[in-house]
Amino acid sequence: MTSGRTVIDVGPVGISASVASARRRSATRKAPWWLWAGAIVIVLPLALAIVSLLFRALDATDAAWETLFSLRTLSLLWRTFLLTTLVTTTATAVGVGGAWLLARTDLPFKRVWGVVFALPLVIPSYVIAMVLVSASGSRGLITQLVGFGIPSMTGLGGAWLALTVATYPYVFLITAAAIGRIDPALEEAARGLGASSMRVLRTVTLPQLRPAVGAGALLAALYTLSDFGAVSLMRFDAFTRVIYAQYSGRLDRTPAIVLSIVLIFAAGAVIWAERRTRGRGTVFSSTPNRKPTLHRLVGISRILAVGAMSIVVLVGMVLPIGVLATWVVRGMSKGADISVPWSAVIGSLTGGTLAAVVAMFFTIPIVVLAARFASRRTMLLERSVFVVFSLPHITIAIAVVAFTIAWLRPIYQTMFVLIFVYAAMFIAVSTSAAKATLLQVDPAVDDASRSLGRGPFATLTKVTVPLMSKGLLAGGALVFVTTIKELPVTLLLSPPGFSTLAVRTWAAADELLYSRAATAALILIAISVLPVYYLTIKPKEVVRR
Amino acid sequence: MKRIVVLIAGLAMIAAACSAGAADRSMTLYSGRSEDLVQPLIDAFTKETGISVTVKYAGSTDLATTILEEGDASPADVFFGQDPASLGTVALSGLFDVLPSDIIDSVPARFSDDEGRWVGTSGRARVAVYDSTLVAPNEMPTTEDGFGSSEWNGRVGIAPSNGSFLAFVAAKILIDGEAKTRTWLEAMAANDAQKYPNNSAIVAAVNAGEIEAGLVNHYYLLRALAENPDDVGANFFFPAPTAGSLVMPAGAGVLSSSDHKDEAIEFIKWLLTAESQTYFAQETFEYPLVPGIPASAVLPAIDSIPTPDLNLSDLATVLDLATDLVAKAGLL
Repeated sequence: MTSGRTVIDVGPVGISASVASARRRSATRKAPWWLWAGAIVIVLPLALAIVSLLFRALDATDAAWETLFSLRTLSLLWRTFLLTTLVTTTATAVGVGGAWLLARTDLPFKRVWGVVFALPLVIPSYVIAMVLVSASGSRGLITQLVGFGIPSMTGLGGAWLALTVATYPYVFLITAAAIGRIDPALEEAARGLGASSMRVLRTVTLPQLRPAVGAGALLAALYTLSDFGAVSLMRFDAFTRVIYAQYSGRLDRTPAIVLSIVLIFAAGAVIWAERRTRGRGTVFSSTPNRKPTLHRLVGISRILAVGAMSIVVLVGMVLPIGVLATWVVRGMSKGADISVPWSAVIGSLTGGTLAAVVAMFFTIPIVVLAARFASRRTMLLERSVFVVFSLPHITIAIAVVAFTIAWLRPIYQTMFVLIFVYAAMFIAVSTSAAKATLLQVDPAVDDASRSLGRGPFATLTKVTVPLMSKGLLAGGALVFVTTIKELPVTLLLSPPGFSTLAVRTWAAADELLYSRAATAALILIAISVLPVYYLTIKPKEVVRR
Repeated sequence: MKRIVVLIAGLAMIAAACSAGAADRSMTLYSGRSEDLVQPLIDAFTKETGISVTVKYAGSTDLATTILEEGDASPADVFFGQDPASLGTVALSGLFDVLPSDIIDSVPARFSDDEGRWVGTSGRARVAVYDSTLVAPNEMPTTEDGFGSSEWNGRVGIAPSNGSFLAFVAAKILIDGEAKTRTWLEAMAANDAQKYPNNSAIVAAVNAGEIEAGLVNHYYLLRALAENPDDVGANFFFPAPTAGSLVMPAGAGVLSSSDHKDEAIEFIKWLLTAESQTYFAQETFEYPLVPGIPASAVLPAIDSIPTPDLNLSDLATVLDLATDLVAKAGLL
């Protein structure tokens, strides 16, 4: 620990020196086999299931090829690309902006902002979309309550807004965690040399945050690619909407499978683009031992900052919770039967917690391989994790159903499979959070442990894992909240009798039972608040100092 | 000694049989109908019979294809589907048992599979929901074909990816033929029909003033009105016997692979009791199918709805074609 800090305190020279030495080391040192074993256990089964599904494309019917090679497919690709670009851009701007305002300025009420700014993370994107649709428009809820409304939100604009709200918290949380670990020394040096706050942000802070921002933006982009709920409620023709329609509308699975392949390529392109723009530099750091100098917001900039934060929180949190609460109250006044769906509460808690624990466990080997033994093979490993994350959940669900029926009959439709698939599907979320942390820890710390006589396994458990524990726990919390929002995989893979709040919300809304849907959604939000509160502890610590 | 062994073995067998008899009063249900609507019925069934029911809830088409994947070893004993196409899918794959005739005979033949492999449990009429503040009933077309004419440009909502719409298109193929159905879908696309994810969204859009009419099942509006009586939507029942006026039943069948067939049959009989049928009428606003049970007072009598002649399970044979046509018309 102390040795890591020593290296950092040397300043820029020390940092670049350790970058160079890290590169040399990773080229020569070989990863222990058990790291690979751990990584493969979580990645391979789901990858096999998906690949075996894709092999069905070989039997693709004429209908499938006709579906693929049509102008329609091109226009869908374009629309999906447009949406993904827009959402990623705004989600990154909002997420990074929020993190910077919290960590590096004297924004008032930081603790409150820290929690509420991350909160939209726990609201499923289809709930956000549902709420936006019903609140807007000339006869929308807003009009009913205050007498004038906002234009009705559908199509690209609506999907853009809903998905920005649903995804910016990923960027915000990962960036906020990373910003707290940046040593302010560099920023102070820059400021001492006369750079303005904006210039410090652009040339010193952001480059150091690049891995974290990239990880968050990648999650936002891939989430957008895989999202079905928001685009379908916003009536925006994205790729997933057509894939779902092809699945649910016919017995022949091949058209949907062939279309899923296109989406896999799209995800590959996004991942490739993120790598291309990342550059080669790596910056190590550790827990900063001094307080950052806060940029003072005065006059108009203070009003603008608070105003911008307020708008985001208003759309992302106040509006959804307000609309949901209105539905519950309206239902209650009509005498609707509103009771807590306990079995679904228990289902969500069990599913989310187990998935988070499993994902955290397997995140360790993946992240250590990626951050400490970078090679072509580890890159492939990381990318496959992200590709899985970007697939429409229905594709994953159908792949796993077919695969377990064919090869793993005894565990078909058991909790075991459900939890494993949750973990494998969302491990991209926890690896992103954990990797950003580990990348900031100088590998020299590991080397010190090794040279002092610890074996590779003891070094991992006693040194590396404790150093990345915050990122790992943050990753676990992210997996928890992502899992309990999940729908298609839960529906198809859960054991009979298992239910979750997300399922209850969706099913009730589908039957127009808004008060029940809202009850389930509000409970879902409530039980996710605790993990989000934990996730935002780090920005809070920065505030405290 | 030998006698004692036989005695003990015999006692053990009896004990096993008894405990199996007591514990085995259970079954697994795959329900394509939602938990909110079905669970109260199931709870009542368990209370009445002591049979515990484990339920898997998901979309009807999803469950039908899951059953096809599972084949002989499906954990399900009963499949309770939302539309004849998904039920027909399982029936035509030979995975349903033929139901006892007393079950089949308890509802009019036109609401069940022709060969008795599944029975209709409640009726869902296809209707057009419309904005009663903007459209008068006499301005509505007599069949769904009217929505393809230019005066309805941009004013009509459909749910092209939804199971009930696809089942309706499948019915239209069987009734009007492929060519006519294709022409109609193309006309709807050219007429800028607004696409929604499901029936609920169409009803909500009509009530919100986004569109003036939409093709849906009849009960969604009644549910919306129950939550918000100020809504402006109204149901229009097409007066001509086309796919647009079809009453499509939800229904249930017993899987051939079931190990709990007695319980499964008891469950299906339960769905057809006066109690359950009344529940469908009053709580889900569907048509009860067992004669003599009154439907919701605001609905026209089921016998007054013109119904085309059609074997409902056959919908499954043209479901893929229906999806194809919808996709080719650019509606998916």
